[in-house]
Amino acid sequence: MMHIEKVDSGGKLDGWIEIGPVTDIAPLGSRVVRRTEGNIAIFRAEDDRIFAVANKCPHKGGPLSEGIVHGCRVTCPLHNWVMELETGEALAPDVGKTETFPVRVEKGIIYLQLEPALTEG
Amino acid sequence: MLDKPAKQKLVVVGNGMAGMRTLEELIERLPDLYDITVFGAEPYGNYNRILLSPVLAGEKTVDEIMLNDLNWYRDNGITLRHGAGSHINEIRRDRKVVIAADGSETPYDRLLVATGSNPFMLPLPGADLDGVIAFRDINDVNLMLDAAKAYKNAVVIGGGLLGLEAANGLMKNGMKVTVIHLVDHLMEMQLDDVAGEMLKNSLIERGMDFRLEAKTKELVGPSGRVETVVLEGGEEIPADLVVMAVGIRPNIALAQKAGIHCERGIVVDDTMLTYDPNIFAVGECAQHRGKVYGLVAPLFEQAKVCANHLALKAFASYKGSKTSTKLKVTGIDLFSAGDFKGNDKTEDIIFKDPHSGVYKKLVLDGNRLAGAVLYGDTVDGSWYFQLMREGSDISELRRTMMFGQSHVGDSGTGGIDVSTMDDKTEICGCNGVCKGEIVNAISTKGLFTLDDVRAHTKASSSCGTCTGLVEQILQQVVGGDYSAAPSEKPMCKCTDHPHDLVRRAILDNQLKTIPQVMQHLEWSTPNGCASCRPALNYYLLCAWPAEYVDDGQSRFINERAHGNIQKDGTYSVVPRMFGGLCTPNDLRAIADVADKFEVREVKVTGGQRIDLFGVKKKDLPAVWDDLGAAGFVSGHAYGKALRTVKTCVGSQWCRFGTQNSTALGVKLEELTWGSWMPHKFKMAVSGCPRNCAEATIKDFGIVCVDSGYELLVGGNGGIKVRVTDLLTKVATEEEVLEYSGAFIQMYREDAHYLERTAPWIERIGLAPVKERLEDESERKALFERFKVSQKYAQVDPWKERAQKSELQRDFAPIKELVNS
Repeated sequence: MMHIEKVDSGGKLDGWIEIGPVTDIAPLGSRVVRRTEGNIAIFRAEDDRIFAVANKCPHKGGPLSEGIVHGCRVTCPLHNWVMELETGEALAPDVGKTETFPVRVEKGIIYLQLEPALTEG
Repeated sequence: MLDKPAKQKLVVVGNGMAGMRTLEELIERLPDLYDITVFGAEPYGNYNRILLSPVLAGEKTVDEIMLNDLNWYRDNGITLRHGAGSHINEIRRDRKVVIAADGSETPYDRLLVATGSNPFMLPLPGADLDGVIAFRDINDVNLMLDAAKAYKNAVVIGGGLLGLEAANGLMKNGMKVTVIHLVDHLMEMQLDDVAGEMLKNSLIERGMDFRLEAKTKELVGPSGRVETVVLEGGEEIPADLVVMAVGIRPNIALAQKAGIHCERGIVVDDTMLTYDPNIFAVGECAQHRGKVYGLVAPLFEQAKVCANHLALKAFASYKGSKTSTKLKVTGIDLFSAGDFKGNDKTEDIIFKDPHSGVYKKLVLDGNRLAGAVLYGDTVDGSWYFQLMREGSDISELRRTMMFGQSHVGDSGTGGIDVSTMDDKTEICGCNGVCKGEIVNAISTKGLFTLDDVRAHTKASSSCGTCTGLVEQILQQVVGGDYSAAPSEKPMCKCTDHPHDLVRRAILDNQLKTIPQVMQHLEWSTPNGCASCRPALNYYLLCAWPAEYVDDGQSRFINERAHGNIQKDGTYSVVPRMFGGLCTPNDLRAIADVADKFEVREVKVTGGQRIDLFGVKKKDLPAVWDDLGAAGFVSGHAYGKALRTVKTCVGSQWCRFGTQNSTALGVKLEELTWGSWMPHKFKMAVSGCPRNCAEATIKDFGIVCVDSGYELLVGGNGGIKVRVTDLLTKVATEEEVLEYSGAFIQMYREDAHYLERTAPWIERIGLAPVKERLEDESERKALFERFKVSQKYAQVDPWKERAQKSELQRDFAPIKELVNS
C-alpha cells in the first residue's frame, strides 16, 4: 500500500507492474495481460474486487478470460469448469488449480506481480 | 456477551433417508442456520433402505449402501444421538422440547418428524414366536442371513414388492421358500393379472413356491421357535423362518401422542408443515393431500420443499408425486407406473409375446399416457415415465410409442440395454466416459441423481444424447427410480424456480433487469451462474424488446465476441449471405479479408455460407470493418439466433422447380435475421418435394409445391434427428412470411432457454402450435410482436463494433508485456 509513490513512469518497481484503470474492465468482465510466458486474465467482480489468474483452465487450457463471471468465480467457456478466482481452485467435484498472481488496486489503478502467488498447498 | 444471537435449534426425529436428505438440501442452501440434532433408532449412519434386498441377496454389502456415515454428521456439525436410550418418547409442544428414553430433554425451535413407517405384523396366533420377523432394517437382514445358515424352510407372507424381494433373497441363500398371498396375483398394487402371472411363472422356474388366494390361520412352534405355518384350508407348511411383508404403516405414534393432527399419516400441507407451525414432517410418516408415499423419489421431492422452508425461503411447494416401481430381483425386468389398470374412460395398447417373455401395456387417457406395465423389456420405462410426469401430448407418438423411444424418429440411445455392456463400453462419447467409471462414481460417492452423475463424471453433460443410458445405469446401481425429478425442474442451482415461472414473473411483475429478477425471485447467488444469466438475459430481451439493455457479461463468449470461439482461442467469422446467394464481388471481398488477416482455413458451411477460421480476437473489429464495407452483416453463426435460410435453386433454373425458392429464402432471411432465440434456429426453402434444401429437418422448413407452400416445423438434423411436422399449407409468399414470423415469436415466447424447436414441440405437442397459428387474429398478433422485436434486433453487431471504438476495448489486451 505504501509503495505507490515509488511506481515510476515505466510503471514497474518492486515487482509491481501498472496494468491500467479498474474501469477499463467491465464489471463481471475480464481482460488479458499478454506475455510470452502465457497470458494472465484480470477479472473484475461486481464489487470491483480484482483478481489475476493464468488465462488457462487446468482442464483443457480454455481461455478463462472469456468465461462468464459470477460472484468471485468464472465458468470456463470450453467445458463449464467453475474456477474460484481468489485461489485458482476448480469448484468440486472437478479437481484442478490454475496459477494466481498478486494484484492490488491503488487509486483506481490495477497493479500486478508476475511471480505466481504463494499459496498453501 | 456475544454479538451474534444464538443459532436456532433444529431437531430431527428419525435418521432415515427422508430426514437426512432434507438436512443435505438444507445444508447446501444455508449450512450455518441451525444447531442440528438428529435422533435415530438404529445404530448406524443413514443407509439406503431400498438396497436391503440386494444386501440380502448377497449382491451388495452393508457398507456399500451407507449414504451418510458418521463422519458426515461430524463434518457438518450435526449431533447424532443413536445410542441406547436415545429413542424419542415424547414431544412436549408447550415447552418445545423432545424427551428421550433416558429422560434427557432436547429443546427445539423447529422440529422435523421423519419417523418413517413400521412393518405391519399380522396379529396371528404364534406371531410372537422366534423366527417370525419383518423385512425393514439391517437387523432383519442379519436375522434372515443367520436363519439361512441354520435352517431350511422359509415362508414369506405377502406377495408384494417387498415380500418377493425377501423371498428371492432367502432363496439365493439356499432356503426353500413358499410365498403366501391373499389375492389371486402377485404385486397387485403394481401389476395387472397378465404381468402378475408371468412374474409368478418366472419365479416358479427359479424354484419359488406359491399359495395364492391363501390366508394364514396360525403359526405353530411348540419349542418356542416357529416350525409350521397353518393355512385357513388346513394345509400345513413347514417353516423355520416366517417373514411378514404384508405392508407398512406410517409411524405416527409419537406425533399422535403429542396431539398433532394425524389421519393415516401425519397431515402436512404443501410446505410439509404439520398442524403445529413449528413442526414439519417428511417421508413415509407424512400424509400429503390424502396420500402417503413409500417410495424414494417422492421423499426426495418432499425433502427439497421442506428444506426450502427450513431455510426460510418460503416459496417452494410440494404438489404430490407420480411414482414408478421396479422389482429388484436380478434377471427379472419389471416396471410399473401410474394408473396401470385403467378405467372405462381409458384405452389400452398391449403388446404380448409369451415366447420371449415380454408383455407391455400402456394405458392412455385421451392424448396423455396415464400408466404403464412392462414385463421382460423395461428399457423404455423411464421414457414412458417421463411422458407421464410431463403430461406430454402423445397423439403423434401413439402408433409407434409401444415399440419404444428408438422408434419415434429418435436416433439417440433409446432401446439399448446397458446391463449387457461391459465396464469398458463408452457411454458418453463427448467426454469419453465408460460404464465402469459411472458405476464406480455412483457407488463410491453415493450419487443419486442424473445431475450428481453429470457433475462427478461429466457423462451426459455435453450433448445429452446418452442421458437415457446414464439413467439406466443409475437405476441398476442404486435401485429405484431416483431420476424422478419434479416435472418442473428449477432453472439451475441458483433458484428453485422453473423456467416458465420465471418468464411469467418477468411479465407479471414488470421485471426489467437481471438484478431485479434475481431480487424478486430470491436468487440464492449474488449474480447467478453461467447457466441462468444467459437465460435471464434472453427472457428479458424477449419480454421487453424496446427497453431492455442487453447485458453482454451475461452472454456466452461467442455472442459477446460475435464469433465462434475455437479450441485454440481464435474465432471463426461467417458473413451473412441472404438465402445463400452471393456475387463475384462478395466472393472477392471475402477472399481479400482472408488474405489480409492470414485466415488459416476457409470452409463452406452446412448452411450454405463461408466460414473463415483462425481469426485472432484483436483482429475481429478490423475484419468486420472490411466485410461491412463490402456490404456484409453478421451471419450470427455463433448465436442462439436465426442462423441461415438454406435454399435450392428453384423455378428460376431448375426444371423441376415449382416456385422461386431462392427469392423466397432471401425474403425470409431479410425478415428474420438478427432475431435472438431460445436456441439456434435454422430455416430452408425447397423448390419442389425433391427437397434439395433439406427443409424437413429444419426448425422451420418450406417445401414448395405447384399449388403453394407446405410449412413444416420442429425438425432437427443434430444429435437426435427429427423430421418436421406439417403445420399447414398456404398459397402465397405473404402467408409464408406471416406464418414463419408468428411461429418464431411463439417459440421465442414459450420455449425454455437452450431448448430447440424439436424438443419444445415434443414437450408441448403440435396441437397448441397449430391452434394458435391457425387462429388468424392470434397469428397476426404474434407476427406483429415479432416485427416490433425485429425493429430493435436488426442492428448489425459487427458494424456497431467496427465503428464504435468504445465497443472495441474488450477485444484488445489490457496490457502488452510481449516485446516486439
